[in-house]
Amino acid sequence: MRDAEKKVVIVDGQEIPLEGEKNILEVAKKANIDIPTFCYHSDLSVYGACRMCLVEVEGRGLMPSCSTPPEPGMVIRTNTPRVLEARKMIVELYLANHDRDCTVCERNLNCRLQEMASRMGITRVRFGERTEKDPKDDSTFALVRDPNRCILCGDCVRACREIEGIGIYDFTHRGARARVEPAFGKKLSEVECVYCGQCAIRCPTAALVVRSEVDAAWKAVLDPEKFVVAQIAPAVRVAIGEAFGLPPGEITTGKIVAALKKIGFDRVYDTSFSADLVVIEEAEEFFRRLQNNSRLPQFTSCCPSWVVFAERNYPFYLEHLSSVRSPQQVFGSVIRNFVSRMENVPNERLVSVSIMPCVAKKFEARRAEYVHDEVPDVDIVLSAQETIKMIKMANIDFRELDPIPFDTPLSAGSGAGVLFGVTGGVTEAVLRYAYERLTGKELKEVEFKTVRGFEAVREAEVDFDGRLVRVAIVHGLAHAQRLIQEVREGKRSYDFIEVMNCPGGCIGGGGMPLAYPDYQTVLRKRAEGLYNADRLSPVRKAQDNPAVKLLYERWLKHPGSELAERYLHTHYYSRRRISNEVIRIQEAKSARKVDVAVCVGTSCYLKGSYNILQRLLKMAKEYGVEDRISIGATFCLERCAKGPNIRVNEEIVSGVGEENLKEIFENLILPHLQEVR
Amino acid sequence: MKFATRSDLEEYIGSLKKQQQEQRVLVCMGTGCLAKGAEAVYRRFAEVLAREGLEVSLALEREDVTEQHFALCSTGCMGICETGPRVRVEPHGIQYLRVRPDDVEEIVEETLKKGNIVYRLVQSEVLPDGRVQHWPLIKDDPFYRKQVRLVLRNCGTIDPENLDEYLARDGYLALAKVLTEMTPEDVIGEIMKSGLRGRGGGGFPTGRKWQFARMVKADKKYVICNGDEGDPGAFMNRCLMEGDPHAVLEGLVIAGYAIGAQEGYIYVRAEYPLAVKRLRKAIQDAYQAGLLGENILGTGFCFDIRIKEGAGAFVCGEETALIASIEGKRGMPNPRPPYPAQKGLFGKPTVINNVETLANVPAIILYGAEWFRSFGTATSPGTKTFALTGKVKNTGLVEVPMGITLRELIFDVGGGIQNGKRFKAVQIGGPSGGCLPEAFLDLPVDYDSLCGAGAIMGSGGLVVLDEDTCIVEVARFFMSFTQSESCGKCVPCREGTKHMLNILQKIVDGKATLEDLALLEETALVVKDASLCGLGKTAPNPVLTTLRYFRDEYIDHVVHKVCPAQVCQAMREFWIDPEKCRTCGKCARVCPVSCISGRPKVPYVIDQAKCIKCGSCFEACPFDAIVIKWRRKGNA
Repeated sequence: MRDAEKKVVIVDGQEIPLEGEKNILEVAKKANIDIPTFCYHSDLSVYGACRMCLVEVEGRGLMPSCSTPPEPGMVIRTNTPRVLEARKMIVELYLANHDRDCTVCERNLNCRLQEMASRMGITRVRFGERTEKDPKDDSTFALVRDPNRCILCGDCVRACREIEGIGIYDFTHRGARARVEPAFGKKLSEVECVYCGQCAIRCPTAALVVRSEVDAAWKAVLDPEKFVVAQIAPAVRVAIGEAFGLPPGEITTGKIVAALKKIGFDRVYDTSFSADLVVIEEAEEFFRRLQNNSRLPQFTSCCPSWVVFAERNYPFYLEHLSSVRSPQQVFGSVIRNFVSRMENVPNERLVSVSIMPCVAKKFEARRAEYVHDEVPDVDIVLSAQETIKMIKMANIDFRELDPIPFDTPLSAGSGAGVLFGVTGGVTEAVLRYAYERLTGKELKEVEFKTVRGFEAVREAEVDFDGRLVRVAIVHGLAHAQRLIQEVREGKRSYDFIEVMNCPGGCIGGGGMPLAYPDYQTVLRKRAEGLYNADRLSPVRKAQDNPAVKLLYERWLKHPGSELAERYLHTHYYSRRRISNEVIRIQEAKSARKVDVAVCVGTSCYLKGSYNILQRLLKMAKEYGVEDRISIGATFCLERCAKGPNIRVNEEIVSGVGEENLKEIFENLILPHLQEVR
Repeated sequence: MKFATRSDLEEYIGSLKKQQQEQRVLVCMGTGCLAKGAEAVYRRFAEVLAREGLEVSLALEREDVTEQHFALCSTGCMGICETGPRVRVEPHGIQYLRVRPDDVEEIVEETLKKGNIVYRLVQSEVLPDGRVQHWPLIKDDPFYRKQVRLVLRNCGTIDPENLDEYLARDGYLALAKVLTEMTPEDVIGEIMKSGLRGRGGGGFPTGRKWQFARMVKADKKYVICNGDEGDPGAFMNRCLMEGDPHAVLEGLVIAGYAIGAQEGYIYVRAEYPLAVKRLRKAIQDAYQAGLLGENILGTGFCFDIRIKEGAGAFVCGEETALIASIEGKRGMPNPRPPYPAQKGLFGKPTVINNVETLANVPAIILYGAEWFRSFGTATSPGTKTFALTGKVKNTGLVEVPMGITLRELIFDVGGGIQNGKRFKAVQIGGPSGGCLPEAFLDLPVDYDSLCGAGAIMGSGGLVVLDEDTCIVEVARFFMSFTQSESCGKCVPCREGTKHMLNILQKIVDGKATLEDLALLEETALVVKDASLCGLGKTAPNPVLTTLRYFRDEYIDHVVHKVCPAQVCQAMREFWIDPEKCRTCGKCARVCPVSCISGRPKVPYVIDQAKCIKCGSCFEACPFDAIVIKWRRKGNA
């Protein structure tokens, strides 16, 4: 039989059967060839720009293996002189436009460009150095963007657009001036970035990195005056080992505690403990809403990226978000208000550090609600990546460390709390509590398998003795946006929705160790690790956690108490930018007045709203009511199709034109003044 | 007038043919002539004809018209833009060049009324023996003699804004034939048989492209007319869209019928406002006549056309980038497969054809594949339009049969090189094409021959270079164009062209070494081989062909620091003639690098090692004592 009929391809002389592989890249893997790429990610769209993965296909010349589907009978060569020459030159071209001070780079020894240069045996760059220097963007607490290290692979562009559905980055300019940057060259702090770092874990170089707080952490632990308390999030315990040659998913909790102790942390606690508190508080809140049948669906609020996204985009749903703080902030509060007293350390001396899989936690820790008298509940947030750096810096042989338990008495987190690190985990943990609380029966089979898995949206219906509760779990904000749209349109209906920004949940967090090329496999292994940690846990339900009981007894009294409300709950506010702001042009002095705002958003502006604004100011003068009409400009009133729009007090008037302005002024604006006469 | 059936249309066309005036004054209103004041000429004609009572409308019954009555008609491009505004008097076929409003009275008086030729306004040439040769009639003009105008058949002869004018020349009959007599497969078969190949540059067989898209099953398909003509110095498509927009529309509808699409887009750059305006008018007229929209000619076939104005990025001429641009995304190409015929606009099967390709279609349908094959060569049938520019005498829009030699094209149609200079090279295919030297003058112009020589047909840009052109500078110019137009997506194109440009700049600046030259060539080959889209894959062509055919000139620049064409400013030297120098010191004072020394009574001297060739001293010297010497090989 001929190769074409046998459904095989030849890769470097070896016959490889085709089994539905999407591209040559996957086929080559079966021939034990790891074709290099910068821009290929199995969970993003195929881009085909980095040109690293070119292979020679007989009869077709050089083809990108990421975008070329294998065809039966194809003869593929991955290492011909033509391929190698092109690939070497391409790496050289990348390097010529890349800030090559590798030794002082955040991603030194962890950079795929560096690795590729080494794999290709590049010993010199004949095209010289990058001459232009673009400014770094360190405007947020979460990420630092260095355009001088960007190789324009577009991974961040696609990650933000496709996974998060936000799309803060895009390509700008042409030719050698081409850049990847937020719109109009704005800084990350000025755009809709939710600080999740999905861009940074896909960035092959140090163009996008987690903003490091390693120096601050060292300063604290080395200061004998300071009492440094750490909390360790669930997800990091199954990932930090990766950096020390341990397989992903291996539980290294004890080793991390040991390493932190060696570094000089005074107390090390488990964020799973505060997750247990969150479970109880959030479930109680959920019961109240169920009873009153109000503010449903309830959305989880442990994910800071999701929370800030909701604050910006769903102001009408803020009431629906659980008011319970995230586990990091709950523990932060416990440390400041309970541990400090317990340890008898004044807060000035106490430094609260959290070890997180997440980059957005850095942003969350600085939210005004969590900073009291300029003292934040959490002082320093270290991502898993930064923690690894500290361990390496301390020259600790991590693999050989003997495990050490967490400090007492807040030592234990339940298995339920550990599950917070994986998508569906919060829901499962809440269900374990809710079942017993609502039915009064003991839950025997604690594992809710239906809420586990990696599908973008998972649904479950749980029967609490007659009361059916519908839950949904979604990860990735792009999926979340679609789900919420359908909920708003009434196509779906739930009582409880868990939203996690990162694919896989916190195990896929932006601060986790980089894993390439088998990221999807690594994610699944980390999830498996957390499920194992739950299984091995002596306590698997939040309500069974003795430390939690102790805390309620000694401090908070009972779930939902006034103290719990004050120390474990929070509130949200609309962070909608622009839309609610009115630029006052004419301020009414009289107490009896009417507020008029003219939309000058792009759409209305193009339809002539600026002239309307001018005319209104004139009319107010003509009618002699200047002192009683406040006139201002506002941005989008979200009725662009019917624009130009103006807002008279609370009422939006659409289709305002110069021809009907007089009519509107006399019939809709002036009467407001007459009423009060 | 709305045509409900084919016979309605045919009947109307029959009556139009009886009416249409043959006595016409045609004023070219293409972009070139408009820029030179054609509109004023047209207005003047209208005034004078009205005053003299000579003007008739195009649609008047022919019998009612005397020999002195003329219809005034504004047309699309007549071809020789350089000599505009152009006026043609029919049926005599008299052509006038560079007509000013003041000339109109004389033309009316002499030519229209008496049938005399105004010789001062006709095409002429001073022969070597001093005699002046006039070509008052189009049929004698060597510029037109070797041209075969199939695609441009209506360009410059009809009013593009008047549907009747197009109809009177059997317009939309091909569409009527297709819709009433032919299955989509028949149409594709006919186009396949004709051997028509994509006129946008690639030369892919149009019939096969259609067949691929036809075979893909989908609920929706699209056809796109690619009018994103971006080569510097190319204007074939623009002239065609301006001069005969209905031919493009008709071809587009036929293509839609063939592949099973009901929607078409014309992607035309916003820098072509006149083309956009005339296309819009043509689309509107076609809708009103029932030749677009619902149930065309009562056959049940529906087709809509929309115009998408491009923002002028060169890369948007590339199919996948063009699709992205229509979808509202940044114009960046995507890897193929999937090909647009499988997954194109909005994810649907899409055929993209060049303006000229589509304009060929109605004629092929109407007159048959065999007729079409009687022009051109076996593998490249038909004709090709070219924008003839550069140092050639007759610059403008031409259409020649495929297989014509470059020599005929440049020396017969183009009239040879300006100012008696020597031919040096011709750049075919714009920035993606190649530069061919004199040895290739007898190369037949067809897809395969050009490809073999390292150039491409391209969309038809043809820039003629004479002996005063520096070949390295030409390569640098085209590279600077492709570099700034690279979309920045793939690294070979984005970074490779940047460094190629840097090296070329070093060469013209006299700072390059032989290693640089080797690196230039190495980079060029990788950029050609490894780039994502056609822009990058062809960007090195000017460099590679000039390196192949003019390597000596590169060596002169690199090794001897000599520019034989005396173009590269860095290759000149400034010397002070001690006889003329009055030691005023002005040169030393203006020199920005202080490389001129001297003192009163001692002539000033320029330190050649330090001189940056800025020319400040040359301009400052009141006594013309500073001379420029071009470096020559051997005297360095």
